[in-house]
Amino acid sequence: MRLLPAAMLVLAGLSVASLTIGAASVSILEATRDPWAALVLMESRLPRTLAVILTGAALAVAGVVLQALVRNRFVGPETTGTAESATLGLLAVTILFPASPLWVKMVAASLAAMLGTALFVAVIRRLPMREVMLVPIAGLVLSGVIGAIATFIGWQTDLLQYVNGWLMSGEFSGVLAGRYELLWVAAVAAGLAWFAADRFAILGLGDSVATGLGLSPGAVMRLGLAVVAVVTAMVITTVGLIPFVGLVVPNIVARIMGDNLRASIPVVAVFGAVLLLTCDLIGRLIRFPYEIPVGTILGVVGAVIFLWLLYRRPAHG
Amino acid sequence: MIRISGLSHRIGKSAILHDISADLPKGKLTALIGPNGAGKSTLLRLIGRLEPLQSGSVTLDGADLSRTPTDQLALRMAVLGQQTAIASRLRLRELVGFGRWPHHKGRPRPRDLEVVNQALAAFSLDDLADRFIDEISGGQAQRAYLAMTVAQETDWLLLDEPLNNLDMAHARSLMARLGELVRVGGKSVVTVIHEVNYAAAWADHVVAMKQGRIVAQGSPYEVLTSETLSMLYDTPVGVGSHRGRPLVLHHV
Ligand SMILES: Nc1ncnc2c1ncn2[C@@H]1O[C@H](COP(=O)(O)OP(=O)(O)O)[C@@H](O)[C@H]1O
Ligand SMILES: [Mg+2]
Repeated sequence: MRLLPAAMLVLAGLSVASLTIGAASVSILEATRDPWAALVLMESRLPRTLAVILTGAALAVAGVVLQALVRNRFVGPETTGTAESATLGLLAVTILFPASPLWVKMVAASLAAMLGTALFVAVIRRLPMREVMLVPIAGLVLSGVIGAIATFIGWQTDLLQYVNGWLMSGEFSGVLAGRYELLWVAAVAAGLAWFAADRFAILGLGDSVATGLGLSPGAVMRLGLAVVAVVTAMVITTVGLIPFVGLVVPNIVARIMGDNLRASIPVVAVFGAVLLLTCDLIGRLIRFPYEIPVGTILGVVGAVIFLWLLYRRPAHG
Repeated sequence: MIRISGLSHRIGKSAILHDISADLPKGKLTALIGPNGAGKSTLLRLIGRLEPLQSGSVTLDGADLSRTPTDQLALRMAVLGQQTAIASRLRLRELVGFGRWPHHKGRPRPRDLEVVNQALAAFSLDDLADRFIDEISGGQAQRAYLAMTVAQETDWLLLDEPLNNLDMAHARSLMARLGELVRVGGKSVVTVIHEVNYAAAWADHVVAMKQGRIVAQGSPYEVLTSETLSMLYDTPVGVGSHRGRPLVLHHV
């Protein structure tokens, strides 16, 4: 339980660093007196820091929910076709109703993401239970197919650059006030997951156990899919695809404190924010004042953590 | 009383249960016996509404199960399935704690914690309460699932082969505990039992199934006869007597 305060302390430290570092050399301590410093802080640094924290926390929570729903630890929102499906949904409204307002696009992206993830769940339900590794492989195949369809349609309709913007590794350099607020929706969805944490944990015990305890597995599944879909859709439309956070953070936390989601979801959220903010800072510092996209840094850091997790623990569950 | 009438079930093209009718008495320990593949687990899952009914009906004290909301049933009937391989990494205390979910829906009260502690103690799991279920033996895990089922504190307990993985001492103490729940606690227990002698020694009522049909039901003395058992298992079985209960001699 001391884990959570410790992690929050680390997050606070990283946040201060994130507010301080940037191409424009301003001192945040001057912000109350210097209007230029205040502008940089409020319009750029703070939104960026918040965007990273919200994204990291929400993606990690989406990951832990997804892993409970499919009872497999080797999946994340980026390996189940969720992001690609959201892209397809966005593409569909952009082509069919180009003038539709932003919220319509978001709803379309979320619904498409939910359908894609539901398709993934339907596919893996038909796989033999013991084949733990078939689940992530099925997810990768499905992501590949849906991503290819999205790319093809984008290419046919001259919208390829949008598709690439959504599916290429995400980054936060473009985040300014007014251009990240959808991430709060992702955070609310993640908060909802915490509210229903026991239900997801019970569903993770199996459909029979859940039914025996008076839950409707279908209803819990739909709620979980909605959370995962909304988080993923908001993140990819705002900052692009962020890999590994939803995959490795739930694994690390489960290793330490298990799958009692009511207790672990807050820790998962803070760990997710810490991981993403760390990677974002690395990306900002490594070639200062130029930036390397956080998705690229995560590709390396996340892969190393994931391999370490694979080798450290037996591949059960 | 649980009343099963005209229940049939198919999985895909194959018929698993054929027109089953039976009454499972209230306040008794009922043993469900029969060879592998007889349909015991399927029947138990149908009674426990883990599987939707295809035809026929099941009533619990007169109320139609298929019309009773699942969360209300969870307060009256607890089910322990045969396949309980749980992949989640939960501490035993947390797992058993989920047995209280139907009562508190996420907000445990002191009484819930107390029941969890009692259930842990009843299955000698006190020392393991803070271990993860993927770090204990199969028999210990089986006891944890049983503790979770008992912690649900329902009038009816449906158990599918609860003796799985248990050693001699724990098997006997489980049967004694089930007997106590029935006689002292006023509960009704329906349990699938693989080893007929446990049924012979502890059950009040025995239901014998073969190939999706009920072939005999009644008191242990009525059902556990040499004739019935030999027919049930297609192998010669002798029956003796020990302390006023049948003793089945099937191993020689
Ligand atoms: N998912 C399934 N698909 C096809 N047949 C099944 C399935 N589950 C059980 N069966 C069949 O149903 C019959 C009854 O199974 P079950 O109820 O598990 O028997 P028991 O518990 O008495 O050993 C068996 O013949 C079994 O092969
Ligand atoms: Mg069985």
